Amino acid sequence: MNERPRIDLSKPVSDEIRKTTCYMCACRCGIDVHIKDGKIRYIEGNRDHPVNRGVLCAKGSAGIMTQHAPARLSAPLKRVGPRGSGRFQEISWDEAMSIAGEWLGDVRRTDPKKLAFFTGRDQSQSLTGFWAQQFGTPNYAAHGGFCSVNMAAGGIMTIGGAFWEFGSPDWDRTKLFVMFGVAEDHDSNPIKMGLSKLKKRGARFVSVNPVRTGYSSIADDWIWIRPGTDGLLILSLVHELLKARRIDVDYLVRYSNAAWLVVDAPGTKDHGLFARDGEGKPLVYETVTERPVPSGSKGARPALSGRFQLDDGRFAIPVFDHLAKEYLDAKYAPEAVAAETGISADTVRGLAAEIGRVAFEEAIEVDQPWTDMNGERHQSFVGRPVSFHAMRGISAHSNGFQTARALHMLQVLIGAVDCPGGFRFEPPYPKPLSAHPRPHGKAEHFGSNQPLSGPHLGFPLGPEDLLVDAEGRPARLDKAFSWDAPIAAHGLMHMVIANAHAGDPYPIDVLFLYMANMAWNSSMNTAGTIAMLEEKDEATGEYRIPKIIVADAYASETVAYADLVLPDTTYLERHDCISMLDRPISEPESVNDAIRWPVVAAERDVRPFQSVLIDLGARLALPGFVDSRGGALYADYADYIVNHERRPGIGPLSGFRGRDGTRAGRGAANPEQLNRYIENGSFFSAEIPPEAHFFKHANAAYQDFAVKMGFFDTPQPVTFQLWSEELQKFRLSAEGLREPVAPEAHRARILAAFTPLPSWYRPLEEAAVDRSEFPLHAITQRPMAMYHSWGSMNAWLRQIHTANRMFVPAAICQEQGLEDGDWAWIVSHHGRIKVQVARTETSNRDTLWTWNAIGKRKGAWGLKDEVPESEKGFLLNHLIHELLPPREDGMRWSNSDPVTGQAAWYDLRVRIEPAGPASASEPAFRPARVPTGKGAEELRYGQEWSK
Amino acid sequence: MHPALSIIVFTTASGLGYGLAAVLGLGLLDPLSWSTKIAHVLALLLIGGGLISSTLHLGNPQRAWRALSQWRTSWLSREGVMALVTFVPLTLNAFSVIFLDRHLIWAGLAGTVLAAVTVYCTAMIYASLKAIDAWHTPLTPASYLLFSGAGGALAASLFAASGTGPWAGLAIAGMLLLVAAWAVKLAWRNRLQRRPRSTPETATGLGAIGKVRLFEPPHINDNYLTSEMGFRIARKHASKLFRIAFAAGLVAPLILAFIALFLPAGGAMVLLALAVLAFGAGVMVERWLFFAEARHAVMNYY
Amino acid sequence: MTSLPSESTPKKLGLVIDLDVCVGCHACVISCKEWNTGGYGAALSDQDPYGGAVSGTFLNRVHSYEVVPEGGEVVGERGEARIVHFPKSCLHCEDAPCVTVCPTGASYKRADDGIVLVEEDMCIGCGLCAWACPYGAREMDLSAGVMKKCTLCIDRIYNETIPEIDRVPSCVRTCPTNARHFGDLADPGSDVSKMVAARGGFDLMPEQGTRPVNKYLPPRPRRNLASSAPVQVEDTSGARGLLAWVDSMLDRI
Repeated sequence: MNERPRIDLSKPVSDEIRKTTCYMCACRCGIDVHIKDGKIRYIEGNRDHPVNRGVLCAKGSAGIMTQHAPARLSAPLKRVGPRGSGRFQEISWDEAMSIAGEWLGDVRRTDPKKLAFFTGRDQSQSLTGFWAQQFGTPNYAAHGGFCSVNMAAGGIMTIGGAFWEFGSPDWDRTKLFVMFGVAEDHDSNPIKMGLSKLKKRGARFVSVNPVRTGYSSIADDWIWIRPGTDGLLILSLVHELLKARRIDVDYLVRYSNAAWLVVDAPGTKDHGLFARDGEGKPLVYETVTERPVPSGSKGARPALSGRFQLDDGRFAIPVFDHLAKEYLDAKYAPEAVAAETGISADTVRGLAAEIGRVAFEEAIEVDQPWTDMNGERHQSFVGRPVSFHAMRGISAHSNGFQTARALHMLQVLIGAVDCPGGFRFEPPYPKPLSAHPRPHGKAEHFGSNQPLSGPHLGFPLGPEDLLVDAEGRPARLDKAFSWDAPIAAHGLMHMVIANAHAGDPYPIDVLFLYMANMAWNSSMNTAGTIAMLEEKDEATGEYRIPKIIVADAYASETVAYADLVLPDTTYLERHDCISMLDRPISEPESVNDAIRWPVVAAERDVRPFQSVLIDLGARLALPGFVDSRGGALYADYADYIVNHERRPGIGPLSGFRGRDGTRAGRGAANPEQLNRYIENGSFFSAEIPPEAHFFKHANAAYQDFAVKMGFFDTPQPVTFQLWSEELQKFRLSAEGLREPVAPEAHRARILAAFTPLPSWYRPLEEAAVDRSEFPLHAITQRPMAMYHSWGSMNAWLRQIHTANRMFVPAAICQEQGLEDGDWAWIVSHHGRIKVQVARTETSNRDTLWTWNAIGKRKGAWGLKDEVPESEKGFLLNHLIHELLPPREDGMRWSNSDPVTGQAAWYDLRVRIEPAGPASASEPAFRPARVPTGKGAEELRYGQEWSK
Repeated sequence: MHPALSIIVFTTASGLGYGLAAVLGLGLLDPLSWSTKIAHVLALLLIGGGLISSTLHLGNPQRAWRALSQWRTSWLSREGVMALVTFVPLTLNAFSVIFLDRHLIWAGLAGTVLAAVTVYCTAMIYASLKAIDAWHTPLTPASYLLFSGAGGALAASLFAASGTGPWAGLAIAGMLLLVAAWAVKLAWRNRLQRRPRSTPETATGLGAIGKVRLFEPPHINDNYLTSEMGFRIARKHASKLFRIAFAAGLVAPLILAFIALFLPAGGAMVLLALAVLAFGAGVMVERWLFFAEARHAVMNYY
Repeated sequence: MTSLPSESTPKKLGLVIDLDVCVGCHACVISCKEWNTGGYGAALSDQDPYGGAVSGTFLNRVHSYEVVPEGGEVVGERGEARIVHFPKSCLHCEDAPCVTVCPTGASYKRADDGIVLVEEDMCIGCGLCAWACPYGAREMDLSAGVMKKCTLCIDRIYNETIPEIDRVPSCVRTCPTNARHFGDLADPGSDVSKMVAARGGFDLMPEQGTRPVNKYLPPRPRRNLASSAPVQVEDTSGARGLLAWVDSMLDRI
């Protein structure tokens, strides 16, 4: 051998590397895009990037195929046939902008609330929210309401932050990591890298998940929880930890409201609220001097139990006293919860013992002196190396808010929040509830041709902050911040189309959607939603939802329902910013943000949506988008990113500020800022000083740093809220004791769900349907190689998940006589779907599951008509209604968490019936077409470089 | 294994062609007879046609000549080389018989030996593949050789009967070879029931944990590997086809040839022709099953 | 010439794949496709990329298995089945049957580092090497008509135009869980060799006699949570007992 022609072993990979930020999911990894002959040769992870440190997932590497997908829209479109007919006409941008300007201008002049502007996988919410606010409509939100608002709201209201963008496990130090259900298609690289670190160190990884795929497959212990019962499991762990005295009393007294006094005056409007001094400071009972003193008083030794008389004669009880009595109740004993959760008492006890053992017997210390907010100096950071992570598995249940609260309470009880080895905050979090804005959208907050008086989204501190009118009717179209969903911090995107169609609370004129696939996988009751988009008012002959504008880069199912399509660029063709004002990408020890920039040219008649929005803002003369003479303030989004200031010196990007680019956080706009980012790999990172690394909620150095960086203007320490006064205020309203009084219809729901201490109740759908008629759960899991519906237009990714099947536990297969590949009906209270089944031995015995959003509507995503995605793929959405089954009185509540309005996807109950031979899944829809390019019959990407 | 038509046609046709050529090489047929001349042409056509057919499945047939280079390790290369080498004496002898009415003894014998070697090489392409249990046995070349010989003898007896030479001996030899070929084939097929060398447990190395079952394939649709090697045939279906192959490839030619022994040359010719045709059809089915029933080790991953 | 190197190659470059941490994300699958479709040899084509029969050439694929214990090892909380994600590409066997069957000499094993390669200009696309490989490591590219296989990213690992740290196969470079390791398995002192020794790295289908260079590390044994449950001593003190304990703790702060 050996007479081989020499292989060119050192062939240059590319002509140039352009570093930018990935957008194949919401992870926002740094990528190196190799450009050769003006074309993308290769995309790899950026080794310097704080998010992914060089690694890259399947989606990120498949960016080439998303960039070249035939599903890309290529020009603005105007609908010329009936909705859904697929008949569009290409129009010029001039015409598109003048149509949009006219529609929006009319609404703004006459009744701004008739615009509903909702964005899906939007990574520019600080712009879209600002734009909507300047427009003046109260109807704006992104997709958080059906994603994970429970997790965000539960976390912020308890510890001032939550998982993912708010913080992460201390992967380098944690010794026991417990993960509840998370979507494995985003934030996936940091989690995968973290799990790998745990494995390397021999740390224990426990997964609580009804399904054992993905991360759970490598867990040391898999707890096959029955969906919707995580809260009960957590409270049982709390029960065991309390019983075993495995709690950090010092930590509780210092950092939580455990010692705060709760007024004990049943039947009065202050019952269950904190006793406060004249300045509004919560009181604790000082046991040495035997009197109530403001919390935080130097040298005070507060009581954690007892019943004490206040100076005004009322009695009060410390939070911890309530807590101990509540959770030591026998109803939380492992035996008592075993039937409901499906988890044996021994397992719960074993997990509790392990948590307690690791937290207290394997405590760690990081040698670093620091000073707390009371001025006390500590010689080191003490760590309880137990950490938790959870996302949608907890969030997407109607009891998810309280479950998230329970999980955070558990972390606080063992002293594991923001300590070495525990869960760690990522700037700009922690952030106390009080530092978040109140929601805006009441009638007095907006009007013709004027901006909304404040941001749309935020947190009500009590019923007085709800966006309702005098009769208690919702001010927002999605009924967020109304009695239906009082703490809907992310809005309720999933209710927008149904409410607009019903004209409840009022009809709208323009529905403006960005990157939201509401006519398919992002809606419950998909077929119903499609019908709502197609339905006309019989009297006027006009569509119920008269005008729909959709901005997207790809021909999704929803684009087919647009009256006006504004084609967007791809993530490699436009500017973007991953802003601290939006969803940050900081790490526990660094503050980070990032940009995207056009690394390849868009060779279609498309425009970046953000620039289009800024242009529309100027055309509509929105404040903040035009100068005093009505001239446009920004040429495009890049210009806005550099020059927009939210507060003096605070703009979308925190890096390279100041005229010379040396300022971080605060500083004047720097015209060279984007270039500096590009030179730096398209991200900016500022180290947090070591003494500010932990206990950020009470760490003086961190709070100073936060002010310096401009997160806050004054220090904003957080006291962990085991008892939530805000929730109790809603209860008092529901009891008729406190103004505003809750409407009669809402009272029972509020009393059940707004407990001031975390609680568990059966998910609402499960509670409403006959459990014997619908004995099973059906849920979706996110495949790691596919991000929501974004993947089927990608020639490489779609080969991995070309169709989905319903995974059915082996015992159920046997009982029903089902074999791999057989067809079955899955039936819910709302509908039925016909699907192909696959046997599994690795899921909860009562749970069916399938991969999320693989099923596609015929005609969409630039695919041929007869593809497995639409022939055999399916959506679970057809089984899920946006409303719960009617009660006896005919009332139908939204299928959402009663606290936050979070869409309760995972509450679904079903039964399975063999369907006999079949060849295609049902329901099937006629094709939803949008004009796009035609895909090749064969791809040979990179063939020109093969020689 | 996927039963590709081009390969089935190739092995059947060239097997029959080499068998016929080998018998012709023995010089038992009258070189003066027109039927002998046709037999020589037919043998070459069958061999040549088979070889051409075998190149149909190549991704780059224009480079097929390169396949002659690796005779030191590759049975496919050896087969290619031997096929070409064998053509020399076969063509020489055929030329002599057809145009000079003369059988060349040394060329004939060389052709006989080389034809057998070529068939052996063909069989060894399959038999050398350890990844395919069913094929990886000396029974594979044995059955290829015997089928080739049986077909050759039967066909030669047909041409002898059509001409002037004695043919009964050839027919009897063909019948004996036929019985031997199918006996070997039955033994070969029995081997299929054996426990496979590799299992999903050895393929994944996870047998220590438990029973291994594919949960999800790497890609949902078929790929090259599953199309090429993932062919599955129901046992019931396979038994039925085997009975057809057995009836057409053994029972029918045996009965026809036996009856022919008692008939005058004219009648015998018809029956022997039918016997050869039945045999050819039977072997085609047998070859289809040779692929369809062979399970490739890679399928332990699917 | 398709003879295997007469002596063991001085280097045995290969991969070690850790089944204990692979979460089945397919990052390696796509990264491999992406690198190699514009790299060594013909592009990795995809047929019917936007249609029903979509199928393309991949040099690395991830299978997922359910493994159901038949008693013995504790694999989970209740001894239930577990899922193992299983990436698979060419194992660069020492006794590579795919090399010796090649009729043209296109397939060869490099004498210095043991990498098994196909010289595509010589490949006639007969497919015999794919038949000879028990692992399914070779896939014919239907467009180019030549056999494709893992090259261990030979155009990366020796590539002096890229940073030294990046001179590893694309799949190794991208793997988010660090489940893939690259190195010289002939050198007992290499990280990969040490890993194989420490973790009991094994061969796939050793009975095929191929002597693969690539090794797999088995999933680590699992510990059972229920067994950490404390022997239950009934605590009857309830909230009163806890609060009294908390009080005593407060005195110590």
